[in-house]
Amino acid sequence: MLCEQCHTRPATVHFTKIVGGDKTEYHLCETCAKEKGNVFAKAAQAFDFNHLLSGLLNMESSPGFAAPQPTSQRCDVCGLSYNQFTQTGRFGCPHCYDSFSSRLEPLLRRIQNNGQHSGKVPGKAGEQVIRKKTLDHLRAELQQAVAAEQFERAAELRDEIRALEQSLGQ
Amino acid sequence: MSLQDFLQRATTKWMKDSGPDDDIALTSRIRIARNIEDVPFPMLQTDSHANAVIEQVERAVNSPKVTAAGRFEILRIADMSALDRQVLVEKHLISRDLAEEVRHGAVALRSDEVVNVMINEEDHMRIQCLMPGLRLEEAWAVANQLDDALEEQIPYAFHDRYGYLTACPTNVGTGIRASVMLHLPGLVLSGQINRLLSAVSQVGLTVRGMYGEGSESAGNLFQVSNQVTLGETEEEIIGNLDSVVHQLIDHERSARRVLVQENRDGLEDRVSRSFGILAYARRMDSKETLQRLSDVRLGIDLGMITGVSAGILKELIVMTQPAFLQKYYNQELPPAERDLRRATLIRERLRLDDTEVQ
Ligand SMILES: [Zn+2]
Ligand SMILES: [Zn+2]
Repeated sequence: MLCEQCHTRPATVHFTKIVGGDKTEYHLCETCAKEKGNVFAKAAQAFDFNHLLSGLLNMESSPGFAAPQPTSQRCDVCGLSYNQFTQTGRFGCPHCYDSFSSRLEPLLRRIQNNGQHSGKVPGKAGEQVIRKKTLDHLRAELQQAVAAEQFERAAELRDEIRALEQSLGQ
Repeated sequence: MSLQDFLQRATTKWMKDSGPDDDIALTSRIRIARNIEDVPFPMLQTDSHANAVIEQVERAVNSPKVTAAGRFEILRIADMSALDRQVLVEKHLISRDLAEEVRHGAVALRSDEVVNVMINEEDHMRIQCLMPGLRLEEAWAVANQLDDALEEQIPYAFHDRYGYLTACPTNVGTGIRASVMLHLPGLVLSGQINRLLSAVSQVGLTVRGMYGEGSESAGNLFQVSNQVTLGETEEEIIGNLDSVVHQLIDHERSARRVLVQENRDGLEDRVSRSFGILAYARRMDSKETLQRLSDVRLGIDLGMITGVSAGILKELIVMTQPAFLQKYYNQELPPAERDLRRATLIRERLRLDDTEVQ
């Protein structure tokens, strides 16, 4: 569920505010919850103090609110922070795997046998994967050719790489 | 509607049909998690993302390659009554989590109910195939074929290193969860169950009680499944589970032989007593129902009770769950009332068969 305030970050803080018998549920991200928290603290003096207090206590007991880490690393596609991932155990989008790859490796070693997929490969994506691997291979070969001053071979490799890059849409 | 008609309509294939080793392995299930490229996972979905995912799956299941094997119907969780959602959970067709996903959840159900796709649960798609007996490879073949056909229409999120990308890294790679539901009364009665279950968890598998926790599982029903999804092929994962399940089945069979040799009278008394209670009691709670049904099924397997269909365990486990019971009686029933109706339903069901207790 997305934060109902900013609609960009996942809602990790959930609480209910009751004022004069009107119940309102809030599903917010840590940032928005903190902002709301201040507003509520002021409003609390003017309105229904006890109910609001219980709402604030709930907020504080939420792990997302208790330990905000503004410096936490984020996925540049979906905006999920690593901190939010550790709270929910779930990633926000497929790109998170690349965004957090350095921290993912030790985690995968703990929960999975091995870090390299060896099962089924989808037809279309599989083609892409194979082309990318070939591309990596050709680039390495090109560097070697240049280093060994085999310029004719290097020119051939460069043309092959260009053609492949175009077919991959890069 | 008569009970017979209701059973005909309400029961699903895995409850009725039989399969290899199905005296012990009641069902085999394959579930594969798939997500769509460049779309946030359900946790971060907006309404429009969620609708787009449902529409994409709907288009894909209506493609000729998919419909060749059977027709699918898309049902949104929001459009179902709470009771109908619960019935699908009790039939093991959707998960409890999906039933609660009222805003974005949906399911693509194939008319034969053998295979379906849960939409916008933890992942965009979870393809599930459920079969009676020990038939993991067959279930994988069906799920895999549907996956291939869907993949022609839907661009999957796939990574050259991590494989199929899933919301939770415990499913990444193959995205596969293979599981078998086992009825193990012999191992429970002979006190060997805990030792075996801890041995199983040492070889990369997970065991849990189907109804209740650990070895306290009511009805002696256990679900064994793979834990690791990355770094092994689907065939290796399924093969490993299959071979461990075969060993568990062998242990269960020999435990039953020993029980009969050592204490035939005691065992006969136990299964007949449970049969008597099921056949005549006027009030049954769900826990006792599961225990008695387990005894009766054991009695059928050992030839101590004849004339009762062996499928009665699977059938009545589902039929006596709260939502099914209310569906059959077509009304909301408070728990105390359910116990009365449950007992009535069991008595009626037993009288459909030509029962003899020896
Ligand atoms: Zn927010
Ligand atoms: Zn992301």
